[in-house]
Amino acid sequence: MISFEVNGERREVHASPWKRLLDVLREELRLTGTKEGCGEGECGACTVLLDAEPVNSCLVAVGQCADRAVTTVEGLATGDVLHAVQRALVTCGGAQCGICTPGIAVCASHVVDRGLITGVPDVEARLVVRELLAGNICRCTGYQLIVDAVITAARETEAAR
Amino acid sequence: MTEYARPRDIDEALAVRAQHADWMVLAGATDLMVTANRKAVPVGILDLWRLPGLGGIAVERGVDGKELVIGAGATWLEVERAAVILESSWRPLALAAREIGALQIQARATLGGNVGTSSPVGDSLPVLLALDAELEVASVRGRRRVPYREWCTGYRKTQLAADELIIAAHFPELGKATHTTWRKVGTRRAQSISKVMGAAAITVEGGIVTDARIALGAVADRPIRITAVESAVRGVPLSLAPDAARAAMRTAIKPIDDVRSTAAYRRDVAENVVARFLSGILS
Amino acid sequence: MVNQPRANAVGTSLPRVDGVAKVTGRAAYLDDYDLTGVLIGQTVRSTVAYGVLEAIERDPAFDWSDIVVVTAADITGKNVVLLIEDDQPALVPIGGRVMHVDEAIALVAAPTRARAIAAAAAVKPKIRALPPVLTMAAALAADTKLYGETNVYKEFLIRKGHATDAELEAAIASADELIEGTYDTSAQEQMYIEPQAMQAEWRDGRCHIVGSMQCPFYVHKAMKALLACGPDDVIIAQSVTGGGFGGKEEYPSMLAAHVALLARRAGKPVRIVYDREEDIAATTKRHPARVHHRLAVNAKGEPVAIDVDVLMDGGAYLTLSPVVLSRGVLHAAGPYRCPVTRIRGRVVATNHPPHGAFRGFGAPQTTFAYERQIQKLARSRFEDPLALRSRLALRSGDTTATNQLLGASVGTDEVIGAIERVAGPRPARSGTRETPSGTIGVRRGRGVAFYFHGAGFTGSGEQRLAGRCTVAAMPGGQFEVRSSSTDIGQGAITIFVQLAAQALGVDPSLITVVDPQTDKVPDSGPTVASRTAMVVGGLVERAAREVRERMAAGEPLPVVTKQYEPPPGIEWDDATYTGSAYPVYGWAACLVDISVDLDSLEVQVDRCVHAVDVGKAINPVIVKGQIEGGTLQALGWALLENIVYKDGRVANASMTNCIVPTFADAPEIETVIVEVPYPFGPSGAKGVGEIPMDGPAAAVANAVEDALGCAFDSIPILPEVVAASRPKWSKL
Repeated sequence: MISFEVNGERREVHASPWKRLLDVLREELRLTGTKEGCGEGECGACTVLLDAEPVNSCLVAVGQCADRAVTTVEGLATGDVLHAVQRALVTCGGAQCGICTPGIAVCASHVVDRGLITGVPDVEARLVVRELLAGNICRCTGYQLIVDAVITAARETEAAR
Repeated sequence: MTEYARPRDIDEALAVRAQHADWMVLAGATDLMVTANRKAVPVGILDLWRLPGLGGIAVERGVDGKELVIGAGATWLEVERAAVILESSWRPLALAAREIGALQIQARATLGGNVGTSSPVGDSLPVLLALDAELEVASVRGRRRVPYREWCTGYRKTQLAADELIIAAHFPELGKATHTTWRKVGTRRAQSISKVMGAAAITVEGGIVTDARIALGAVADRPIRITAVESAVRGVPLSLAPDAARAAMRTAIKPIDDVRSTAAYRRDVAENVVARFLSGILS
Repeated sequence: MVNQPRANAVGTSLPRVDGVAKVTGRAAYLDDYDLTGVLIGQTVRSTVAYGVLEAIERDPAFDWSDIVVVTAADITGKNVVLLIEDDQPALVPIGGRVMHVDEAIALVAAPTRARAIAAAAAVKPKIRALPPVLTMAAALAADTKLYGETNVYKEFLIRKGHATDAELEAAIASADELIEGTYDTSAQEQMYIEPQAMQAEWRDGRCHIVGSMQCPFYVHKAMKALLACGPDDVIIAQSVTGGGFGGKEEYPSMLAAHVALLARRAGKPVRIVYDREEDIAATTKRHPARVHHRLAVNAKGEPVAIDVDVLMDGGAYLTLSPVVLSRGVLHAAGPYRCPVTRIRGRVVATNHPPHGAFRGFGAPQTTFAYERQIQKLARSRFEDPLALRSRLALRSGDTTATNQLLGASVGTDEVIGAIERVAGPRPARSGTRETPSGTIGVRRGRGVAFYFHGAGFTGSGEQRLAGRCTVAAMPGGQFEVRSSSTDIGQGAITIFVQLAAQALGVDPSLITVVDPQTDKVPDSGPTVASRTAMVVGGLVERAAREVRERMAAGEPLPVVTKQYEPPPGIEWDDATYTGSAYPVYGWAACLVDISVDLDSLEVQVDRCVHAVDVGKAINPVIVKGQIEGGTLQALGWALLENIVYKDGRVANASMTNCIVPTFADAPEIETVIVEVPYPFGPSGAKGVGEIPMDGPAAAVANAVEDALGCAFDSIPILPEVVAASRPKWSKL
């Protein structure tokens, strides 16, 4: 039995410690927001936060999560209030087919919540965002509107602080 | 079902390792878990992720002055954010860390993993060679140090014994006259496998190259020091060193064609990269 | 009837209606559906490129008790995945030919994925290997007959302004200058981030199929033939689809066949979701092409004759090759005036996995050739590349290579003008760049391209499709739009809501677009060919208007279905391939500035400007997203993306080795949306989905040539290619 925190709640699963965290989230916990795009850690569609850092959940053995904290896309919103990056992805047109979107939302939430572009002028900030999100592949958008969304969310969050 | 052990400290980890040589040693798992669902299920997992005592990045007093010690469990994200590395001539470690995969990989991949897997395209490995790192490994039988230049014994083969774990890498202090540098040429700007990458530590005194350690990856079955080039530039004025390096590079490596690139390209680019290690100091 | 608030009218960037579901992870893709009681399917594939299937053996040591196995013998109808012809089987029958590596031989289903993978490995096809045909040259030589006597799936010959080859050669001979070149473009993987996925269940004697797809009625048609059943006995539903780009136009029919067969045998629902490696290796890719182009011009540089010979590799089965070739040849002479043009095309059979639809659909391949040629003409004349294109370009009143007289909505001057306005001075040819290793030298270049893309199906295609769409007034002041158009990321649902809301005069929140399912929606035609906004959107608009009129006249809950009506003046001759090939064209121009790293020989795109005439942007942000996404796919195709074949097998079938651009590879793309309205499109809209893919690759090759002084006539322009070209570089 493996016990760990998911989106702020203690969860317990019966699974082999070798089972991928991605599969435990989707199958045992029925949190299907986290997606599988490649199984190799290349596409980032499976991105979750593990102890507050973005990781590919297809490369985490669930045994390693015992007594640790995982945040998935389902944990970004607070009740009915979307996270700033989620709102911005909608208003800026940063989601098209949407399959990469949860992974991007999770990774971008880390960028925004940690203030990783606070005080960085926009032109440079766009390059920083591109580097930080380079582990998330999107085939639909060409990335531009996603960068717009992350900058928008970051500036909104900075202003509110 | 796969067994699982999460030791509380290094000694416990060594005990488990000694008892279960067939268990998979897992830290960041970014290599070992690729396509995990189609791999053979391990009989057991020895989980070293965030093992107390195995992480850490610090400058300590060593035998010959200061040394940088990076724990085998330190992630590349920690390395690239460590001020003590960024603001020093150990900086190529941070530069290499930043180009390993992407953020999600850097947040999990560890120095110990890179060193243990010993892939010919392991991005940090030429840096360990150029910075003349020394590995600290341990088992229940005791601890030992291995100069990293002696570590790789073949294609993905190292000196690590079946009951040993990698504990840390030690990097000697470099003098002010030593310039260090790094370059990766991959398949794209991020999340890329290297076609050619390397690192160098070049000591220049009075305009003359007095010492050179030049290491390349992705051009052989293991990371290598290009001793032919090192000899060619030692004692040479820095202004003439890039050309001397080019000449020596022409016969120094035997890269291969593979699905990602060609031998001809690797040879060309390796020559440019190595020459730039030297000419970059001039500017 | 409520007047709609201005903010929700056509032409505004209404946030996509499925946006919140997608950013919260609540949108359910096929593999998110509950797996209770569902078996997992796996495909047994050939490891041989060409041969004869002699037997299918099973490992007797394996525990088969919980495994379902299906072979061709289990097919009750026709063993075919019906598309244009019925040459492609769903499963290779014993004694039948194996035509490509990774061709489906047998299927297994098991209670778990691990068991399914193990079972598939325990099925052993016995194939007698034969020497495969792996090049277009070998296909044309036809020593081995893969298809008919000639291995040619389809050929075209289009003549304008001449009747015989001798006349054409005379026109060429009379020219002042001849620019001639051969251009090679590579296969390209769509790399939708959601792999192919499908599930089938038999209930009440009917087959219910749901999955990731672009064209539910294509799947429906194919299943009727495979299962030998009537139209009501199989129901196809589209689940939320994580990208298609053409890769889910025809391939889903194969996957639907597989899950349907397994589910029937198992008596339980069966789901197949492809591994990424399997998806890359086994499913369709862009047709590789070789285009030979002769451009004969007079002293003023105006074309007097154009001769294009297009050769494409169709792979092992015909699939959509005739249509891909068709679009390729119809665009091959380019958007330039020329009195005499001959366009020949052939698509041939080889033992590669079949190639298929991918955004652009033949036009990117021929656009690459003609825009390289025009570039060479500009260089030869020392003329500004944009100014030359503007001089030679087609405009309203000109005729195309098929003798189509261009009428309204030709945005030539607008798109070229948009680029000219923002281009600015060209970057210095020689420069430096700071890197962590020091300062490296770079060489810089600029390239442009100008191109067009026919919207909708060719010629009388839209009439034959006879697409239909229904708008229904529902109780409670709500409305439903029913069409088979699928949202695959391009925002089809959202623009239909906008069009319907505007036409009905109501708030968009009152409109629901029904999930496409073949028993619930009319066949609007496939979601392809840049037709969804223009053709189906037009039907939505017309149906909605009539619903509004009827409600105004007192009818309580009208339901209106509209069928496609061609605009006047579309005449097309299929035999000679002349006339109005498309009802209207999109027009575009792009500018690309690149720099070449002189140490690594990598080409970096420093700047990309793309101006696209879309007629009318129903939703500007969605249009921007289409342009940016298509542009980056084209830049990737030009510089990074490649399929490596070894003995007919895809050797780089993983996301690690079959790469696409990341955030860090993508330049900032400056998009200019140009609107030259099309009178027969909804609010003036024509197509936008594909045109952004057509031109940027040529612009990149033109830019690299500008930087280095030698020609780059094939893509991808990998660093290895740049490095090898060094002896040919011009001096600075």
